[in-house]
Amino acid sequence: MEWANQLCENRQFGSKMTDSKYFTTTKKGEIFELKAELNSDKKEKKKEAVKKVIASMTVGKDVSALFPDVVNCMQTDNLELKKLVYLYLMNYAKSQPDMAIMAVNTFVKDCEDANPLIRALAVRTMGCIRVDKITEYLCEPLRKCLKDEDPYVRKTAAVCVAKLHDINAQLVEDQGFLDTLKDLISDSNPMVVANAVAALSEIAESHPNSNLLDLNPQSINKLLTALNECTEWGQIFILDCLANYTPRDDRESQSICERVTPRLSHANSAVVLSAVKVLMKFMEMLPKDLDYYSTLLKKLAPPLVTLLSAEPELQYVALRNINLIVQKRPEILKHEMKVFFVKYNDPIYVKLEKLDIMIRLASQANIAQVLAELKEYATEVDVDFVRKAVRAIGRCAIKVEQSAERCVSTLLDLIQTKVNYVVQEAIVVIKDIFRKYPNKYESVIATLCENLDSLDEPEARAAMIWIVGEYAERIDNADELLESFLEGFHDESTQVQLQLLTAIVKLFLKKPTETQELVQQVLSLATQDSDNPDLRDRGYIYWRLLSTDPVAAKEVVLAEKPLISEETDLIEPTLLEELICHIGTLASVYHKPPSAFVEGSRGVMHKRLPARTGSGESTESPDVGTAAGGSAPEAAPSIIPSQGDLLGDLLNLDMAPPTTSGPPPPTTGMQMGGMDLLGGGLDSLMGDESEPPHVPPRTDTPRSPSPQPPSPVYTHTDYTYTDYSHTDSPPDHSPTEHSPPAELGGDIGGSPAMGAGFGAAPAVMPASLNAPVGGGLGDLFDLGGVGMPMGAYIPPKIVWLPAMKAKGLEISGTFARRAGVIQMELILTNKAMSVMTDFAIQFNRNSFGLAPAGPLQVLTPLGPNQTIEVSLPLSTVGPVMKMDPLNNLQVAVKNNIDVFYFSCQYPISMLFVEDGKMERQVFLATWKDIPNDNESQFQIKDCHLNSDAASSKLQGSNIFTIAKRTVEGQDMLYMSIKLSNGIWVLAELRVQAGNPNYTISLKCRAPEVSQCVFQCYEAVLKN
Amino acid sequence: MIGGLFIYNHKGEVLISRVYRDDIGRNAVDAFRVNVIHARQQVRSPVTNIARTSFFHVKRSNIWLAAVTKQNVNAAMVFEFLYKMCDVMASYFGKISEENIKNNFVLIYELLDEILDFGYPQNSETGSLKTFITQQGIKGQTKEEQSQITSQVTGQIGWRREGIKYRRNELFLDVLESVNLLMSPQGQVLSAHVSGRVVMKSYLSGMPECKFGMNDKIIIDKAGKGGVTNEAGKSTSGKQSIAIDDCTFNQCVRLSKFDSERSISFIPPDGEYELMRYRTTKDIILPFRVIPLVREVGRTKLEVKVVIKSNFKPSLLAQKIEVRIPTPLNTSGVQVICMKGKAKYKASENAIVWKIKRMAGMKESQISAEIELLPTNDKKKWARPPISMNFEVPFAPSGLKVRYLKVFESKLNYSDHDVIKWVRYIGRSGIYETRC
Repeated sequence: MEWANQLCENRQFGSKMTDSKYFTTTKKGEIFELKAELNSDKKEKKKEAVKKVIASMTVGKDVSALFPDVVNCMQTDNLELKKLVYLYLMNYAKSQPDMAIMAVNTFVKDCEDANPLIRALAVRTMGCIRVDKITEYLCEPLRKCLKDEDPYVRKTAAVCVAKLHDINAQLVEDQGFLDTLKDLISDSNPMVVANAVAALSEIAESHPNSNLLDLNPQSINKLLTALNECTEWGQIFILDCLANYTPRDDRESQSICERVTPRLSHANSAVVLSAVKVLMKFMEMLPKDLDYYSTLLKKLAPPLVTLLSAEPELQYVALRNINLIVQKRPEILKHEMKVFFVKYNDPIYVKLEKLDIMIRLASQANIAQVLAELKEYATEVDVDFVRKAVRAIGRCAIKVEQSAERCVSTLLDLIQTKVNYVVQEAIVVIKDIFRKYPNKYESVIATLCENLDSLDEPEARAAMIWIVGEYAERIDNADELLESFLEGFHDESTQVQLQLLTAIVKLFLKKPTETQELVQQVLSLATQDSDNPDLRDRGYIYWRLLSTDPVAAKEVVLAEKPLISEETDLIEPTLLEELICHIGTLASVYHKPPSAFVEGSRGVMHKRLPARTGSGESTESPDVGTAAGGSAPEAAPSIIPSQGDLLGDLLNLDMAPPTTSGPPPPTTGMQMGGMDLLGGGLDSLMGDESEPPHVPPRTDTPRSPSPQPPSPVYTHTDYTYTDYSHTDSPPDHSPTEHSPPAELGGDIGGSPAMGAGFGAAPAVMPASLNAPVGGGLGDLFDLGGVGMPMGAYIPPKIVWLPAMKAKGLEISGTFARRAGVIQMELILTNKAMSVMTDFAIQFNRNSFGLAPAGPLQVLTPLGPNQTIEVSLPLSTVGPVMKMDPLNNLQVAVKNNIDVFYFSCQYPISMLFVEDGKMERQVFLATWKDIPNDNESQFQIKDCHLNSDAASSKLQGSNIFTIAKRTVEGQDMLYMSIKLSNGIWVLAELRVQAGNPNYTISLKCRAPEVSQCVFQCYEAVLKN
Repeated sequence: MIGGLFIYNHKGEVLISRVYRDDIGRNAVDAFRVNVIHARQQVRSPVTNIARTSFFHVKRSNIWLAAVTKQNVNAAMVFEFLYKMCDVMASYFGKISEENIKNNFVLIYELLDEILDFGYPQNSETGSLKTFITQQGIKGQTKEEQSQITSQVTGQIGWRREGIKYRRNELFLDVLESVNLLMSPQGQVLSAHVSGRVVMKSYLSGMPECKFGMNDKIIIDKAGKGGVTNEAGKSTSGKQSIAIDDCTFNQCVRLSKFDSERSISFIPPDGEYELMRYRTTKDIILPFRVIPLVREVGRTKLEVKVVIKSNFKPSLLAQKIEVRIPTPLNTSGVQVICMKGKAKYKASENAIVWKIKRMAGMKESQISAEIELLPTNDKKKWARPPISMNFEVPFAPSGLKVRYLKVFESKLNYSDHDVIKWVRYIGRSGIYETRC
């Protein structure tokens, strides 16, 4: 209110009184004054008072005490006053539900008013008042308004149904409003149609499986007709709805496209983007040889370019979308490079996005222009932008071979500027260029070495060390250079330490005579003086290799590296497809699926592009969705476990050194047998290094595990999941983001992130290399759910109700989940003298809404000393109440004698549903999204299963292993569970060979369930 | 959909707060203030996600408008809506300033209630809004008036009301173009495009049907195939047709008709509005050419020479010419000599600003400057921002010509010939930069 006071002082009111004076009431006792004014007889004074109240409300003051007085002003002919009172009501009704009832009468009366504007106002406002008692009264007026003669009232009522559904979905269904709403799709007024479509789409989102929208060729035709007539906003609603439709065949698809294309000329960018979404989606179905297909492609480019002349905020949205479109269909914009050139006055967010797209569009044809531009950008002021520009130059070199030489010389020029961050960035990208074009540009090493001292960022230091190590034989003073780094070894970041270790080992292998001392020094620093397990373990491995078989060491450490691929930050294809279906929306801006940032059930539905029909072509990208459900794909799981075992033993250091000679066993399908097995093993060990730099180095040791996100898995997707809430560090898309693995992975046989990182065709990599590298990341997920599922765990029956407490009836039982049905298995024993009949069962409200799905089937009377086994199917749609403990169930059993009560606890595992296997990218996003506070960690003691056995055992109980990773002999299993009420639980299980104690970390949006879930793990694994 | 809409002043104090959805709480208001308005860093994105809530914002002078949501909304729509909101407010009370917003907060709430329902944008055409949302309070309306309002708000032609009458039927067409250029120091065109707008002021009675024609290459070529007459006409008039890369239209234009026949037909809103926007990249007349010459003399001196050449018919006059030559941050003094106009070193803007009131076509002018620099130990090189230029010329740099605008109103007794029509062409500089 400070500003309001100032304003009061500064401004003396002239002849014309203005509304701003209402903001000035901050005196003490104002509430009393307002109260008096509100009850004044004079209309003007009343209105003034209400305005003051609204002003106070706006600045966040609590004026709810005035509720009755304001509501009293409601009955008025003055529409302006009425609107103000309504505004007040919408804000405070919830906090004063009883008094809000006072307003009902006026609403109901207004809904009958002769003026359509007032009828609409009443129904619009009523829907915003979220008080149960009011909504009850809303139904009748709403029903009338939905059939009002005036379209203005109908269009308002249509939205009101969505409001009501948000408050009480059941009520809307029971009252049949959904059908009325569906009827409105055929309304004569286009705006009514548009609002009905919007309301239905929203309601349909919360009922993913209902066929609410019921899109069929007839209704689509209606929508397309309305599209030509309604407001710009209505067009957006309709186009967004159309995008959810899947045409039956390519012909229908084409005819819809033809009717949507005129929208591309609309002045409203949102209409254009929504039209683009529909076209991009339906285009999937068109055969590529069709003339229309290429016409359509040509039509898409100009409107996309036009979006770039919109206001900067819209440009940003457009650019984020174009980024997706360019990845999906590069041909659309391939000739439009120039429009993405950065303007000096563009806001930084536009500049960064443009740069990204420029790199994607760079090709041999335009590389000269692009390079010239990038060179300009590298001299700009904004540090992030300059860095990105420098990285972009490096990426051009890798992408367009012909330009490599020019890129390198440009980078050298930039290094000459001596601007610190430019130099560091340049060195990082030059390292990648060396990887891509070995033995070509090494002449520049001397220049690089001159800048050794100015490097202070870990990534740049690591890159430089890699270069020195890699080309040690050509650098005369390599040993001196590396030694200089060694002095402050313990102050370096892990990344640099690891790199230094490897580089010195390389140096030793190349120049063994002069560097023995150095290598011993670094090995002892890494193994004896370091607490970092990664560093120590790598140190031990090198040590062991060097001491047992230097020849093998050479073959491992100096092995030829796989080439790095050109496109390193492409969005994973399934995610890309989903995002294409979300063009124009927030998901496309964040490059995240909606489920990653939307709470609740909305948006959890995954959208997919339709499959191509007609010409019988297969879709361009394999549908991972089919693999996600059901059993695991059979991707060479037999090799990986053995690697893990080998690795585990190696780390224990009581195994004989790996054999190096002998022909490769043909059955392994690998190149070098034992040796390569180790290479692969090491590789999977070093999957660790693929952590993006912003993830802090791990500090835990195997003995004291601590919560740890499955960070390494982010490597090839981190671009996608970069958290945009930290807007100060925009995502970086250059390959170097992923390059840490190259430093090491490259040393030892393969770089997981560079090579196989993207499931998408690492074409430059020899196919044979794929297998060993599989231990890294790309294939990680294919290992999900190894082995055959076993039956679900069923706890033994226990006595729930002893006979002495229940007049001779003894009940014991357990719970089981069989074929997706939860069953309560009961044994009823009659220990009394008389016959028991008329059994019935009921449950109290419980945490997960368990309820008997049928009657208790005890058909014959239960005679004395007779026992009967009954199994009772349960449903999860009963009333819900949180119990303590969570899995407590209170049961009442009735027979002809009496009613008996008992309570029992069910294993939560029976609520785990069969489709609880999360897609891996969703898993990653979700894991990252759930705050760390929600993570709980448990120990499972004395469990002697290996990870695969554990995994398949758990799968029997619908705990699905999504990914497995092996780090220093520790198997990390990532699992997902879905409860019957839709709650997801994510788990990370760490199993170490030889250690019977497992560690499990659970993450869940509802952390209360963690304890129960843990108990299940324990129960399942131990039985 | 949009869950709430907030307006803040530059200090982050809330001026307007309207919540549409239950999932948005009062704390969202503060979250945006703390994380965006009060953030120390420059804005890095117009979309911010704070605690699973997404904030979209735009700024108008000192005022922040923020839309909030927890759902996967149509982001483009949210921004379009925010711009529209600004337009609507501006047309009601002029400039969007703190004072105006406070003075009209009741009106703004009323508008927000009308144009956004449960987060769904509704009709937001000021033409029809002004018929029933007024600052004077609602007038005593007859039943007919009421239903006229509602049918217009929801109708097919939401942008125009019935029963408009003018004694003199008149229309004004302004072809406003901004020509954008990025040129290398060597005079090579790196990128150039014209973004143009056709703004129409219509004072026409009734519900007139209009048809607009221009020298669009596609139409001319199409017509050219028709017969000999056209070809002859073309050669005599010497009119060039232009290739339009893309155009977008006001919602009054029938898009399906444009798509099929490429004809632009519409019933215009009353008063001033933007009929179309277009973009061209081919055969652009670049009205000026800037030739820079920058020489670093040692570490403490720069010599700059800039020549501008006008490149259009000598009979035409360019106006409001301004050339902006950036100077390094460590400039200590500047001496300027120019042949024409006035030039000044503006230390606060780090630039030499050279202004020329008028300049005819096919002329050239020159400025030379000596810039003295303070020695610095700043290693960072001066970024050399491009030399930018502003001007206004009385022709369309894209070459666009209005061929006709026909008006048909069958119900009233005036014909196309009775309408007085005015056409004007103005070419302005957009981002017109030459690197140096």
